[in-house]
Amino acid sequence: MWFMKNKTAYLILMIAVIFIVIGINRGEAEVVLTKAVQICLECIGIG
Amino acid sequence: MNIIRKIREHVRLIVQITFTALSNGYVNGFLQGTIYKGTSKKICVPGLNCYSCPGALGACPIGSLQAVLNARQYQFSFYIIGILMAIGAFFGRFVCGWLCPFGLVQDLLYKIPLFKKLRRLPGEKYLRLIKYGVLLLFVIIFPISIVNIVGIGTPWFCKLICPSGTLLGGIPLVLKNPLLRETIGVLFSWKVLVLVTILVLSIKLYRPFCRYLCPLGAIYSFFNPIALYHMEIDQTKCTKCKVCQKNCGLDIPVYEKPNAMECIRCGKCIKVCPHDAIKSSIMLKKSEK
Repeated sequence: MWFMKNKTAYLILMIAVIFIVIGINRGEAEVVLTKAVQICLECIGIG
Repeated sequence: MNIIRKIREHVRLIVQITFTALSNGYVNGFLQGTIYKGTSKKICVPGLNCYSCPGALGACPIGSLQAVLNARQYQFSFYIIGILMAIGAFFGRFVCGWLCPFGLVQDLLYKIPLFKKLRRLPGEKYLRLIKYGVLLLFVIIFPISIVNIVGIGTPWFCKLICPSGTLLGGIPLVLKNPLLRETIGVLFSWKVLVLVTILVLSIKLYRPFCRYLCPLGAIYSFFNPIALYHMEIDQTKCTKCKVCQKNCGLDIPVYEKPNAMECIRCGKCIKVCPHDAIKSSIMLKKSEK
């Protein structure tokens, strides 16, 4: 039973790696960085 | 030997404090009332940790997910979803129990010996579903659908709910920046009210935010039943005495559901089991009988 469930986890991990690579290629990491290096006024309750 | 025993008894707390300190290690931010601007902020930390915390060295996964969904050119975030899937598939809600700074705050508050402790609130079963609604509406649907004239959305969860952003970001920055202090208004008051409510409730009830509101916990909960980090019950030893459930802060019947979606993997059940019937493990295990 756990071997079957482990297969699911490994499959998800594989898909996750593919997603991360696609996301980086699309420039999503840069979007995250652009947002994260500015004070998020909404997050701190100002904006 | 005594020291080693003490460390073993408090290993989770040590890991929580260490990880919080490491992921929020930009001390200059706290001293100067600013935030870190380095490239490590492309990478998401696993727990709920506002990237506007002065010390934050990484990005918040929930904030980042909303940021990408907010951006005009994306309707789906492969990068953040991929990170969440990877963390979830490895750890499930282990992150909640061991690596989340706001989880640590709640744990410490619960140790305060004030008020009679509650095990659950009325309507607990339904209250625990709220976090899935928060995830769906405030993290996914609202940021995509409620946009301004140029097509850019707002991080609604961060704006209206997230107590971590208020505690670790808003309050330190407002205290250190006179300009920010002048601009606080109704929204800040609302967020402080949400924060204070959760903090006070955390003294009486174990991890109320994680139980009822946290969208990140909601995401990781889907992975608990299949994550590589998992718990197992040795049915040859388990007598269904329910000591595990009685000691579980989240009132989970561990003997029946060792990988329940609500379990934050604190490990208390493993410690208290009188028959040593509960084990945690990572990676491949033999087939369950």
